[in-house]
Amino acid sequence: MTTATNIAQSLPSSGKTGYDVYSLRKDFPILAAKVHGKPLVYLDNAATTQKPQSVIDAIVNYYNSENANIHRGVHTLSEQATESYEQARKMVGRFLNSADAREIVFVRGATEGINLVAQTWGRANVGRGDEIVVSAMEHHSNIVPWQILCEEKEARLRVVPVNDAGELMMDEFEKLLGPKTKLVAIAHVSNALGTVNPVRRIVEAAQQVNARVLLDGAQAVPHMSVDVCALDCDFYVFSGHKVYGPTGIGVLYGKAELLDSMPPYQGGGDMISSVTFEKTLYNRAPQKFEAGTPHVSGTIGLAAALQYVNAIGIDRIAKHEQELLAYGTKRLLEIPGLRLIGTAREKEGILSFVLEGIHPHDIGTILDREGIAIRTGHHCAQPLMLRFGIPATARASLGLYNTVGEMDALADGLRKVREVFA
Amino acid sequence: MADLRDLYQDIILEHSKNPRNYRTIEAANRSAEGFNPLCGDHFTVYLQIGDGQIRDISFQGSGCAISKASASMMTQALKGKSMEQAEDLFQKFHHVVTGKDGAPSEELGKLAAFAGVSEYPVRVKCATLAWHALRAALEGERHAVSTE
Repeated sequence: MTTATNIAQSLPSSGKTGYDVYSLRKDFPILAAKVHGKPLVYLDNAATTQKPQSVIDAIVNYYNSENANIHRGVHTLSEQATESYEQARKMVGRFLNSADAREIVFVRGATEGINLVAQTWGRANVGRGDEIVVSAMEHHSNIVPWQILCEEKEARLRVVPVNDAGELMMDEFEKLLGPKTKLVAIAHVSNALGTVNPVRRIVEAAQQVNARVLLDGAQAVPHMSVDVCALDCDFYVFSGHKVYGPTGIGVLYGKAELLDSMPPYQGGGDMISSVTFEKTLYNRAPQKFEAGTPHVSGTIGLAAALQYVNAIGIDRIAKHEQELLAYGTKRLLEIPGLRLIGTAREKEGILSFVLEGIHPHDIGTILDREGIAIRTGHHCAQPLMLRFGIPATARASLGLYNTVGEMDALADGLRKVREVFA
Repeated sequence: MADLRDLYQDIILEHSKNPRNYRTIEAANRSAEGFNPLCGDHFTVYLQIGDGQIRDISFQGSGCAISKASASMMTQALKGKSMEQAEDLFQKFHHVVTGKDGAPSEELGKLAAFAGVSEYPVRVKCATLAWHALRAALEGERHAVSTE
């Protein structure tokens, strides 16, 4: 029998030498689509990435030939499904260089991972007068869960400011740290600016005051090698669908001793070891945090996506995207009236910009008619928009399959936007 | 780009660049805010109402070309109208931007330029944002209205 994981091992169709982006594009069926009669130019990868055939096949194959509930049945299919599910956990563990697969908790996405930490670790460890440090460039998902916790516990949210280039002001960050700091929760890479934050330095500084660190890796994992051991962070979260996997599946990494000490998240099946009306004993981590039937096909799809990325090599993807970012930046800056928002020295492939006199929403509509998909709006980072004194930006975000030609198409499209508004 | 011109007609672009009645009204006795949480667009509509008539109307805020032009042309169309006429025009405008009822009503006048919006469903909320704020102000609601 062919298993989902076997199919997922089919290698991407790139050559062994060089980075053949045109071959890689053939792995993604949707990239052949036309929008308004024009070839699709998909530049909304920070919102979600497209899926390679191997990921689609892994999910289809699971439902075709393996589907069963996990951790329950003694029958063959249940054993296979359980095996695939736990293999996916090990795959994620290796991808993040975690010391033990038990440190990998499957959640719906980065958002749920953060909420899980806020509701379990947070409620058990944050008290009145304690402080949680976030930054001005956080996604709402790394702000609101902490606001809810702070309100409940009468704790205080402190905010690291951002400079005009969109970089964290590290001296201000270090001043915010103190004996009251219980947690630092910061994006590894900003979704709205592309800024790569100095996370190793952040962890070291937080450790000086015995604060825990949660890193939101939703925009980092698809673009760079992440090593949670080397980072020595306490928690790390990311979403599967932003790294070429399916929606509805994500990962919370937590240090084993922390996960073991945390109260459970949701109650239900699979998260217990025994239940009586007198006393219920909880399962150990990670099952303690995975109540109910999990998103088995999602984990299989995620494992296939990580295998796909591994087969190309994350460092080669990063190099390709950096070259594209440099080229795209140059092309965009040639356009009169265009201002980039986010010009950090260390950036991932995100081009956030405003055009003088033209609202991002109008840019988005006009580009769409050219087949170009970008995101417009506040990018779930309203405090950051306020910081830059703008209501919204237009954002082109890169993936492993984007090309120099697509950067040219974006630049040409923006010239058309200016013509409409001339 | 012919179809884009259906949306971005000259009169719409002109009003978005030079919005009319873009001010506050000192003597306003009604006002309401409109938000589109998806894109951050935000307008406040001010009304001075006397004897059931809209004596003065204005708006302020930020938004895309469609939402700003719609707000601007709305203020022009409604000045001097009765509250009932304003409600009636709201309905007719809503029908035209959602593509209902075939040809635009003659009463819409220049506002018929927004017929092109019906081909862009995600932009309907832009075109109607100020109108929803207007309606809230007419109904005397004090809180902000949202397109969601």
